[in-house]
Amino acid sequence: MKISIERGALLKAVGQAQSVVERRNTIPILANVLIEADGGTVSFRATDLDIEVVDRTPAVVDRAGATTVSAVMLHEIVRKLPDGALVNLSEDAASGRLTVMAGRSVFSLATLPKEDFPVMASSEYSSNFSASAPMLRRLFDKAKFAISTEETRYYLNGVYMHVAQGDEGPVLRCVATDGHRLARIDAPLPEGAAGMPGVIVPRKTVNELRKLLDDDEAQIAVSVSETKVRFATPQITMTSKVIDGTFPDYSRVIPVGNTRRLEVDAQEFAKAVDRVATVSSERSRAVKLSLDEDRLVLSVNAPDSGAAEEELAVAYGDERLEIGFNAKYLLEIASQVDRENAVFLFNSSGDPTLMREGSDMSAVYVVMPMRV
Amino acid sequence: MPALCKDCLAMFDGGHRCPVCRSPRVAAHPDLFALSIAHMDCDAFYASVEKRDDPSIRDRPVIVGGGTRGVVSTCCYIARIFGVRSAMPMFQALKLCPEAVVVRPRMEVYAAVSRQVRAMMEAMTPAIEPLSLDEAFLDLSGTARLHGAPPAVMLARLLRRMETELGISGSVGLSHNKFLAKIASDLDKPRGFSVIGRAETADFLRDKPARIIWGVGSATQGALERAGIRTIADLLRWDRQDLVARFGQTGERLWHLARGEDARPVQRDHTVKSISKETTFHDDTADPDILDGHLWRLAEQVSDRSKARGLAGRTVTLKLKRADFAQITRRHALAEPTQSADRLYREARALFDAAGARGPFRLIGVGLADLAPAGAADLTQDLLDPGAARRMAAERATDAIRARFGRDAIIKGRSLR
Repeated sequence: MKISIERGALLKAVGQAQSVVERRNTIPILANVLIEADGGTVSFRATDLDIEVVDRTPAVVDRAGATTVSAVMLHEIVRKLPDGALVNLSEDAASGRLTVMAGRSVFSLATLPKEDFPVMASSEYSSNFSASAPMLRRLFDKAKFAISTEETRYYLNGVYMHVAQGDEGPVLRCVATDGHRLARIDAPLPEGAAGMPGVIVPRKTVNELRKLLDDDEAQIAVSVSETKVRFATPQITMTSKVIDGTFPDYSRVIPVGNTRRLEVDAQEFAKAVDRVATVSSERSRAVKLSLDEDRLVLSVNAPDSGAAEEELAVAYGDERLEIGFNAKYLLEIASQVDRENAVFLFNSSGDPTLMREGSDMSAVYVVMPMRV
Repeated sequence: MPALCKDCLAMFDGGHRCPVCRSPRVAAHPDLFALSIAHMDCDAFYASVEKRDDPSIRDRPVIVGGGTRGVVSTCCYIARIFGVRSAMPMFQALKLCPEAVVVRPRMEVYAAVSRQVRAMMEAMTPAIEPLSLDEAFLDLSGTARLHGAPPAVMLARLLRRMETELGISGSVGLSHNKFLAKIASDLDKPRGFSVIGRAETADFLRDKPARIIWGVGSATQGALERAGIRTIADLLRWDRQDLVARFGQTGERLWHLARGEDARPVQRDHTVKSISKETTFHDDTADPDILDGHLWRLAEQVSDRSKARGLAGRTVTLKLKRADFAQITRRHALAEPTQSADRLYREARALFDAAGARGPFRLIGVGLADLAPAGAADLTQDLLDPGAARRMAAERATDAIRARFGRDAIIKGRSLR
């Protein structure tokens, strides 16, 4: 194999590969990226056995072939090369080394046989549809903060992507929860997605997927089966196993009868929460919200370290209410609001609270209060 | 040579009998009134308490410990004559001493007596470091003027008060650091009072086996023996660097301790790092119902203890010991600290299920670690477990009922399994 490729294109492809490979693994070849050159394209394939990413990029192929080298090392080398450099990769079958040349730099890297590289078994996808990058970006970005890291409830360690009945017809819906807060994000159902099985997309896949979604113009081909999900752009194909479990019935968690309505500027609110939470040294910082006629007082009382209070002008017309929340949870949901005011709907100080953006029902958040 | 009568606390200069009360129980040492670091160890503590409370067993060999499957926690000095030792399996102890009276430990009683001893020590110095219910380090430096008596006299007075007021005896080791004080308290048991002065430290240690060093257990001892180190004298032949190179941090400590050097202060607050409870079964079991019942009872006990201490934990631990003694431990970090029996049980149960371990087991244990004040505990509920709030309320109600009517006033059916 012998190819020449521009440094920028190579860095992007190898960057994607090295973030997929598992840093600590017991199978050496999983640390490697499989480079295959044929015709006018080179593909870079990396896997951790749960996710597989293939990046196809045009290059000058002098000699077709394939080999595998350490993804992290190749990435480090390419990263340190000067911008705009032309990089030559050539495999010396006799010595089993891959030579990387750019300008006056020459590297010789150990390789492992391409035959040993595990290629993810292809799957029969029952659903295929196309979705715009901004739409998928919104669905996953707004939900992922609520993904659980708790291993005992492994089925919460991802975003549940499925088809649901929204207020105005069927929607593509992403839900994530860790049992303390929940995010439910809807988007118009893309054509062809109606029969899609619901899948739990693992946290790592959600993070890797994000790199495919930066281009506002991009259309992503999404394929879903009971066991796998695939996201593809013309250049990159990412295939991932989904979490084998049943996502809990979240619908009964979302309160419908909450009537006490608070409307507040989300940014001001978040800043104030952040400020008062400073005095608490506890890991789970509790912030108390005291609501009265158009007035919100945020307070923190940490006996060991101090107390803080801040008043905000808000829209609130219901009877007095005192309710406590984990400051981190409040900050995270408040930061999901980007266009309008945040609307909180309370019931009592012990019941789940609902938050949404203005009257937009396509993104709702639920957060459990804390005793204060 | 300065001397002290352990019975009447008279101070005098030399002699084998007290000039005042003629008692032969005399402690004499050139540095007797200059040393101030002490280790007090009750003599056969649990057994002494049992004998005190039941005079009919006073002259019989007494073993405190659990069941035929259990081990000896303490045995009285009569039982020791037969070769019974603490930590010995019960069946072996009973083979050596079939006539022994076996008493189930009554930890609450021992804890109460321990608190009384602690109170007596508190009156002597604020610098107390309890090691367990029945032993503690005391630093009496600078208290002579306050008490109008040197530390040795105060310690002898402590032992006398324990005997007359609490009916239990103890032994004291007095020296210039914790390491030597602990060794000294063991030299002359029971009712002992031993002193190791600076001058004789080196001579005293030289011929002692290396395992005399506190913290050298069987594992370290094995490692030392592989390096040809059996006695303190062997240790003294090693260079400091060589010891560190071979044993790391331990090597550094060994080098100092072999020379009788120990700079660790008597630390008052020996903070609790975890709360746990375990049980060894009468018969090994793999029965999921029985194990589940144990998990609940243990969770409840750990929860009770943490509630009593005003503590909660962020990490739940599960310990299993299989019939072949293979040990399995699992831990899970929670989003917030808990002290609830319900939550502890559920987490422990999840750990048990996830461990997928095959029984039969001989031991199961539940614990809480990464402790935090109770104020931070159980503040948030689980969205996905709407029943949790009701169970938590039920637990609080149960606690309130128990506080009024006693432990057994209300129990869960689950705990009967």
